[in-house]
Amino acid sequence: MDSALIPKGVKRAPLWQFILFLGAPGTVALWGVYAMLLCWFKGLNQTNMNDAYGFALWIWADLAVIAVGGGAFFSGLLRYIFGKDVLKSIINYAVLIGFICYSSALLILAIDIGQPLRGWFIFWHANVHSMLTEVAFCLSAYFCVLTIEYIPLILENRQIDKVPFFHKLGHNMHEIMAVFAATGAFLSFFHQGSLGGVAGVLYGRPFGFREGLFIWPWTFFLYTWSAAACGPCFTILVTKITEKVTRKKLVKDDAIEFLAKVSGWMILAYITAKTIDTWYWATVTAPSKGFALMDFYSNNPFYGIWILIVEVVVCGFVPALILITAKGRKNNKALWTAVILAVVGVCLNRWVMVLQVLAVPVLTFENWVMYIPSWQEIATTILPVAYGIILIAVSYRYLPVFPHEAELNPLEPSTAPEPESAAVELPVEPGQGLIPAEA
Amino acid sequence: MKKDKRYGMVIDLDKCTGCGSCMAACMAENNVPFREDESNKLLSITWMRVYKLTNGKPFPETDVCYLPRPCMHCGGQHEGHSPCVSVCPATATDYSLKTGIVSQIYTRCFGCRYCMASCPYHARYFNWWDPVWPDGMEKYLNPKVSPRMRGVVEKCSFCFHRYQLAKEKAYIQGRRELAEDEYQTSCTQACPAGAITFGDLNNHKHSVYKDKKNPNAFRLLERLGTNPKVYYISSRAWVRRAGDNYLRNEAKPAKAVQHG
Amino acid sequence: MFPFSFEWIWDMGHVVFMGGLWYALTIIGLGMTYCIIKAALDTLKGNGDHHH
Repeated sequence: MDSALIPKGVKRAPLWQFILFLGAPGTVALWGVYAMLLCWFKGLNQTNMNDAYGFALWIWADLAVIAVGGGAFFSGLLRYIFGKDVLKSIINYAVLIGFICYSSALLILAIDIGQPLRGWFIFWHANVHSMLTEVAFCLSAYFCVLTIEYIPLILENRQIDKVPFFHKLGHNMHEIMAVFAATGAFLSFFHQGSLGGVAGVLYGRPFGFREGLFIWPWTFFLYTWSAAACGPCFTILVTKITEKVTRKKLVKDDAIEFLAKVSGWMILAYITAKTIDTWYWATVTAPSKGFALMDFYSNNPFYGIWILIVEVVVCGFVPALILITAKGRKNNKALWTAVILAVVGVCLNRWVMVLQVLAVPVLTFENWVMYIPSWQEIATTILPVAYGIILIAVSYRYLPVFPHEAELNPLEPSTAPEPESAAVELPVEPGQGLIPAEA
Repeated sequence: MKKDKRYGMVIDLDKCTGCGSCMAACMAENNVPFREDESNKLLSITWMRVYKLTNGKPFPETDVCYLPRPCMHCGGQHEGHSPCVSVCPATATDYSLKTGIVSQIYTRCFGCRYCMASCPYHARYFNWWDPVWPDGMEKYLNPKVSPRMRGVVEKCSFCFHRYQLAKEKAYIQGRRELAEDEYQTSCTQACPAGAITFGDLNNHKHSVYKDKKNPNAFRLLERLGTNPKVYYISSRAWVRRAGDNYLRNEAKPAKAVQHG
Repeated sequence: MFPFSFEWIWDMGHVVFMGGLWYALTIIGLGMTYCIIKAALDTLKGNGDHHH
């Protein structure tokens, strides 16, 4: 029915199956939209935030999706600026994942502010000394860049490409993509860093506060570095999941391996720097304000020292060591483990730097405050995941997201003429006896 | 040229009985909204909040101290770099170099709550709901103070509207300077024990100028570098020590911190 | 954001921050304008090379 829109040389499931597949994320998205409307119309009393937790699940979600969305700018940098052509196989997908992450972050921010209709004040009345201002500007500008990087892919849809203007526009955009990628890397460097600065500059909050270089606390550099390091792991993870779901090999091994290798070394460098930063903070910065390290990790039901060990060792050094060895990268299970751990690690880092910062009592006569999000907060946080699945599914079906898909999955002559009837893309839960993508 | 004003407060904790008059006076003066159920204190807006401190010792050594906490109007390490003012993305909170008062512009605030995350004193509050006044109460609201809408942050302003009124009056009378008693916050006036004194910390004629130099004076969380303008006095060492964080093996502050 | 908004000050912070931002936005804007105008001109010329 929609075969005219499907890229040439690839197989897609029948339309009814595709629509059925969209049912589940669609329902979740509707639930999220309902919660979002509740927040907009009834206000933030729909959340479990309070005056001790002005920042909570949403700000964590923002920081986390932007961190894992860092794969887009870093792959773009490697592909267009450093000319790593091996990434050609995965760059479109990295851009799409980045686009989903950044649009989600902007959406969550729009729900998170108390007066959404005044959101533009952050631009209009900008306080250039605020880390959040820098985040807002660079994030929005970088979202424009991601849109620009995503548009040529849309223009490559079989039908759109037939329009001469669009064909040429897409071609021209490809030609100067390096300029956009460089601008994107510049913007990403600053907004990833500023997000780190958000907690790092809080000199009234000893758990978050860090010294630094000029106006930038060390967390500024750690955040940029960790996003560049762990972002590609998220790109690999989503690619692997997509391959499982579609039961196809979509990206060439050398692209994944190259990205994994770079990521591994980046994580190793990051986690070493993070260790030094933690050491200095625990022995110099915090004690100068009257806090011992264990003050931050005791007398409360949740935040124990385990969280630091999990973040730095289990989700830091372990994935780094797996990914820097050729054996680890080539072993499918080890690769899966490493990318999952790296993604969990960077998300955990964002969690403690938002939530634990606020949980730690600073006044001596106050206590730890714990927080559990309301269902409205959870629904609006899951909303981007559902939206992401839908956008990936639609893009995968109608756009040549994976340039090597046809080459990696040659069509059998008999099925080639009728792509509509070739039912392949059956959405199946992972782990239902599928053929592993690597096999 | 006259020195700029640095309005501040000195609260004598030995005098405070914890009666809460300051809190009530503040709520009435500043049209602070409240709800029917105020049992969750993490959702209550209290520009002035009285904390109860104990020394943690069993009877008969138990000792209690009540500590009223308004906004500290922090100056920061270089004047104006308050924890909250420096982070507000929309310039909705401002540090006045003329008065040293940290203001909040309600119509400018878009409710990101970064300032709340930055404030170690929990002196900033978010309007989770639109204010709803009991029937007829809107007639008793203070016409000099604008009520706040849902979705913005608010906090103690050192009754800035009273400063503006006093300045206007002085201007009409051809004066530039305010006498100490012309500008006083409502909590100061409401305290039956006279525990709160308010005035210009830079003006040697004002009692706060002298009181802040009391050997038993201290400020909350000074080690963070917030440079607050609210001083506390207590003759009890454990209360002074409760004003800041110290490492377990750290010697007690030899003497309450002095400020010039 | 603009020099005519009242909180604007001509200091280092504003010049560096806003300078960087406007620089980035200008590049993005000019880049897209170039692509669109060139695509329009090529289309009008009608040299339809339909391949990548």
